[in-house]
Amino acid sequence: MEALDLLMHGFAVLLTWKTLLLMMTGLVLGIFVGVLPGLGGPNGVAILLPLTFTMDPTSAIVMLSCIYWGALFGGAITSILFNIPGEAWSVATTFDGYPMAQQGRAAEALTAAFTSSFIGSLVAVMLITFLAPMISSFALKFGPPEFFAVYLLTFCSFVGLGREAKHKTVISMSLGLLLAGIGMDTVSGQLRMTFGSAELLRGVNFLVAVIGLFGISEILLTMEERLALRGHAAGISLRVVLSVWKDLPKYWVTLVRSSFIGCWLGITPGGAIAASFMGYNLAKRFAKDQDSFGRGRIEGVFAPETAAHASGTSALLPMLALGIPGSGTAAILLGGLMVWGLNPGPLLFVEHKDFVWGLIASMYLGNVVGLALVLTTVPIFASILRVPFAAVAPMIVVSCAIGAYAIQNAMFDIWLMLGFGIVGYVFKKIGVPLAPFTLALVLGNRAEDAFRLSMIGAGGDLKVFWSNGLAGSITTLAIVLLFWPVIDKAFSSVARMLRPAKA
Amino acid sequence: MSNADIEIVVEDPTAPEANSPQVASVRVVDVVVSLLLLALAITLGFDNWRAGAGWESTGPQPGYFPFYLSIILGGASLYGLVAAFLSRTEASESFVTQAQLRRVMAVFVPTVLFVLATQFLGLYVASFLLIAGFMRLVGKIALWKSLLTAFVFTAAMFVTFDVAFDVIMPKGPLEAALGR
Repeated sequence: MEALDLLMHGFAVLLTWKTLLLMMTGLVLGIFVGVLPGLGGPNGVAILLPLTFTMDPTSAIVMLSCIYWGALFGGAITSILFNIPGEAWSVATTFDGYPMAQQGRAAEALTAAFTSSFIGSLVAVMLITFLAPMISSFALKFGPPEFFAVYLLTFCSFVGLGREAKHKTVISMSLGLLLAGIGMDTVSGQLRMTFGSAELLRGVNFLVAVIGLFGISEILLTMEERLALRGHAAGISLRVVLSVWKDLPKYWVTLVRSSFIGCWLGITPGGAIAASFMGYNLAKRFAKDQDSFGRGRIEGVFAPETAAHASGTSALLPMLALGIPGSGTAAILLGGLMVWGLNPGPLLFVEHKDFVWGLIASMYLGNVVGLALVLTTVPIFASILRVPFAAVAPMIVVSCAIGAYAIQNAMFDIWLMLGFGIVGYVFKKIGVPLAPFTLALVLGNRAEDAFRLSMIGAGGDLKVFWSNGLAGSITTLAIVLLFWPVIDKAFSSVARMLRPAKA
Repeated sequence: MSNADIEIVVEDPTAPEANSPQVASVRVVDVVVSLLLLALAITLGFDNWRAGAGWESTGPQPGYFPFYLSIILGGASLYGLVAAFLSRTEASESFVTQAQLRRVMAVFVPTVLFVLATQFLGLYVASFLLIAGFMRLVGKIALWKSLLTAFVFTAAMFVTFDVAFDVIMPKGPLEAALGR
């Protein structure tokens, strides 16, 4: 097993005091970010990214991914204790988690949430360990047409499978691709869309946009809400933990089902939010007494949490193997990789073995350390919510500004961040999804390069994307997915015509 | 069902009232945004057409890819414009109420002032002013607490970025006077 050897090597890279310390710091920061209202996984990672600019890439990615795990854990705390989902993917956790807290079983619910998060991530990391090297070695054979086909597939599946209005997804995506093109054209050296502005020469930096879109806009949105809250305080004792763990085997079907759903939706851009709801609904559908769901049933915590974490983790698989992020946060991590001069994609597994396996090993270790950490420190983190938002909000603004400036040492970027803050606020309120925008902005240049290289190779013939079986089938699949809603409708109406209505 | 164990309670005295009149409906904003995007698509499309959106012997010209994207963006915004005009659900939805807008502005205006201050006074002075001012004026938190929090946070940022990690931030007259 080559993968296992490399993984062991990864552990060896990680097991230094410095890395473990960074890991703890990242996890604590992440839980903090997950618990605070108005901040979530992507925002936290984006804001804290500049902290890592001066580290070596391995330490930096370990810290960032730990922030991500921390945020995933943190979201569950507020859902269960306060009935406030810290993240959209913990909404389903409130259904049964909060009733459990009301019945005085908060410790049990929290243990269940953390444990199932751990299990979900673990399954997904194992999937990454064994699948990612295979996919990447397969992808090494890809030429520009195949890569463009894969990018096309990513974009089309967002449009076809997304739940938002189709034209709004298209707007978000084409805007992102256009902004990615601003500045010097890498092939001809000509300037594009700069309108004579020297500041635009550098182009729109992806991270600046993300900090504005997620950090600043989230603060504006949070201020609209009523920020009063009442909640339960809970400490977890070892006895409760052990009793929950003792019962775990009884729920193995739920755990396996949710892990599977999560992994699947994480790799395809379905996302953790869809995964958590699907996990919950399926657990409910297959249960014998469905009425007990929503009244504090422990399975109602296990199912969504496992799925959300499996999905959040497996979103890193396409990022590592193909250079295509499966979620917004993965896109930001990908932006980080590029800052450190690493080119994400299949070559990463060949050229930077230490880095990749260090990262994968850190996922295992980060989850174990994270589980221990949250189980022992829940009361402290719950009390963070006592800190008034009026103190937290300006600090977040300052952190965002520091982050935006640090990337290119440009004052203009702070203004740009502010602009993106407004755009993010308006877009979220009128239902334009931000994830496709983020993805398009980070992939834009590479998608264009792949497109141009394949067109140059083929002398400008669009048939190049069907020139061989592999590129052809991916391109065709992309187009099918793009028109999936139409095809789906057509199929079901044909089926209805063939089979006359029964009732 | 005992609620006796509720321990953490945070009040929000300045919360926006629920019955505040709306400033704009989602439909109005959607229409405005669609128009702006359409204008952007036309501007960018024109610029790319000027840069060359066709083919030359070596392959696509620089404006080719973005030119067609501008067309897609323009088409989608045009569709969005029509859809927003026809939508009834969006017309009844509130984009923002007066009370909400007041709260959003309470964060947004200080943020703009902060960025302005950063340009002239440097980031650290500006962030001290923002945190202290925001906590005192918007959060109505005691003056000494606001000043102390602002000082500790700014100092921590300075030590982390400037001293420990060597990430240089915009600086102003104060840092120059202190010789950093």
